[in-house]
Order: sequence, then structure tokens, then C-alpha cells
Amino acid sequence: MTRDEALFEYLLRLGDNTLILGHRVSEWCGHAPVLEEDIALANTALDLIGQTQLWLGLAGEVEGKGRDADKLAFLRDAWDFRNVLLVEMPNGDFGRTLMRQFLFDAFHSILLGKLMKSSDPRVAEIAEKASKEVSYHLERSAGTVVGLGDGTEESHARMQAALEYLWPYVGEMFTGDAVDAEMAAAGVASDPASLRADYDALVGRVLGDATLAIPDSPFAHKGGKTGTMHTEHLGHLLTQMQWLQRAYPGASW
Amino acid sequence: MQHPSTEQVWDWLSAVPDPEIPVISLTDLGIIRDVEWQGDTLVVTVTPTYSGCPATSIINLDIETALREKGIEKLALKRQLSPAWTTDWLSDEGKRKLEAYGIAPPRPAGGPDHCPRCGSGHVEKVSQFGSTPCKAAWRCKDCLEPFDYFKCI
Repeated sequence: MTRDEALFEYLLRLGDNTLILGHRVSEWCGHAPVLEEDIALANTALDLIGQTQLWLGLAGEVEGKGRDADKLAFLRDAWDFRNVLLVEMPNGDFGRTLMRQFLFDAFHSILLGKLMKSSDPRVAEIAEKASKEVSYHLERSAGTVVGLGDGTEESHARMQAALEYLWPYVGEMFTGDAVDAEMAAAGVASDPASLRADYDALVGRVLGDATLAIPDSPFAHKGGKTGTMHTEHLGHLLTQMQWLQRAYPGASW
Repeated sequence: MQHPSTEQVWDWLSAVPDPEIPVISLTDLGIIRDVEWQGDTLVVTVTPTYSGCPATSIINLDIETALREKGIEKLALKRQLSPAWTTDWLSDEGKRKLEAYGIAPPRPAGGPDHCPRCGSGHVEKVSQFGSTPCKAAWRCKDCLEPFDYFKCI
């Protein structure tokens, strides 16, 4: 694996995380419990899709085979996606959607903070841009998790159930492999395991305020970021997201 | 033929309205980062407000249309991500125009201190997000009108 091959893989991971989560969140458009939440979710999705254009755009450039962000997003099949499993999990109820958002936002904000100091200026400048947007996402998702967790008996129960459902997908974000090692050696990115202490502190504080109990099992599902094995949910998502370009290749506005 | 001066180009750009909030111009918004001639090509450097803002492509189109109308033939638009756009770059004139239009201008304190319609200091946040990526939804507790707040980033 050359350094550019590792960088391409790494950029796909960044771009696929934002793409798949952005698509998932956009599924709420027109369905959220109240108008303000609908707008908030749509805006979050929009930021994530915007970040995807930057990450996948750079990935295409690094790969040098003429694939742009659109081709990478719409013309790869499930096994070529490199997002963590957490972001492809179905929305569930509003509480589970916000819990998934919080668990990812916390990771994302810490990761982008490190990437702003990347040795690759192209990575650093995208991280700088995205970081501002993500700190805003985190403020909202953390606030909502606390509001619902420390809310009514029903909202508390739903948030605790969401946390138990999603917690086994947290560990994958901190599991490194050869791509991560190559990026760390090049100073492009940090070893994912090194982000865990900050994450645990942040998530522990917010979930404590939300009166929610973190499950004590360290078990972690894996296979998304390496592409070894996604869940069945990703394929269903892609059939919808990619439908237009598959049915009418090259169609544009 | 003599090129129009970069000052002249800045002046033209200050007449191009933001497509979403037409009361302020692109230069008020602070997204035009540089204007320079490279040989006989005019290079305009633009930074996006939010990475996914749908207005970004319209803004580029509007810049191109405005400058072509002024007779600029060779034009290149350059995207610059860093330093990332901040509402600190919004001009004082732009902030004044926003307020007059009914949008509370950004404040480093994180929220508006008064209603842009009636001036009352009794305001509350409805949502951190609003009708465009750059705005949040607020409400006045005295005149009861909802209003947009231009987020501070």
C-alpha cells in the first residue's frame, strides 16, 4: 500500500461517514415531530453532504482515475463503502436518531480537531471548515440527548434503549488498521485509539447529565470502515440514494 | 486595452446581492477573499459560508454573470477553504442592513440581545437552526414575532 493509496482509503472513510449519515438524517425531512426539529435535521444533513463533497472530491483527486465526488457517491456498491457501521444504522425513533447523532458528533468533533493539524494542508483546510459546522451539531445533539434523557419517564426509557442499541457500534470508530497506521506515520491523521480518552470524557459527561447509563460491555461490531462487512441496512439505503444515477446514468439538473 | 482596476471590480461585486438574503451584497457577506489579475485573466477568490450551502453555486454563477456583463472575458473563480469563513467578516454595513431587514445580526455572545422588529430585550431561542444554514430561529416575547438570527461562527 503506497501512501496515496492509504490516503485515498482514509478520505473515503471520512467522506462515506458524512455521506451515509447525511443521507440517513435527510430521511427525516418532512417527518420530524415538530417543524423546528425538521429544519434542524435538514440543516445538519446539508452540512454533512457539503462536507462529503469536499472529502470525496479530494479522494477522487488523490486517486487520479477521473472519479469525482458524485461518481464515488453514486456509482460504488455496498462493499466499496468505508463508513463506520454506526452511521448506517436505521433512524429508529427521533430519540435514537439524536443518540446516533450525538455518539457520532462527539467522535467527529474530536477527530476534526486533530485533522486541523494534519501534515497534509488539503486535509487540514477541509477539517477547519467542517469543524465549525460540527461543533454546532454537537451542541444541538448533546443538548437534545440531555433534554430527552433527563425528560419524561417515556423519553428517558427511549433514550436508554437507543443507547443500548447503538453502544456496540461505538468501538469501531477507535479501532485502527494498516491505513490508520500509515496515516499516523505520515502525520496526516492520529491513531484512532488516541481519541478514545477525550471521547469517553465528553460522552460520559453528557450521558451523565442525561441520567443515562452507559452499557458496560466492551463488545464492538466491526467491518464498516474496512469494508469487510457492512450491515444489511447499507444496501437498502444505497438502493434509494443511488437510484436516479443507476436508472438514468449521468442525469443532471 | 487597459484592464478595469481591481478596485473597480470590488465595486462591481459590492452590487451583487446574496441570492438567499438579497438585502446584503457578496462583499458585505465577506466571502470575496481576493480579486487579482493574473496576466489577462481576472481571478476572483471566493470562500463558502457553509460547506453544504446550496447558494454557493448560485453565488458563483451570479459573480460570473455580473462580471461578464461588465465586459470581463477571461475569468477564473477560485475556491478557498482556509481560513474558514467567519461572521467576523460580515461588514458593519452588512450587519446594519440585516437588522433593518428584520434579521438579527451575529453577536459573539451567541445570540441576539434584542428583537430586530420592536427592539425589546425579551427574546428566546426557538431552534439553533433556521430557514438557511446561516440562520437560527428566535422569537420576541413582547411583540411575539418570530425572527431570524444570523448565526455567529
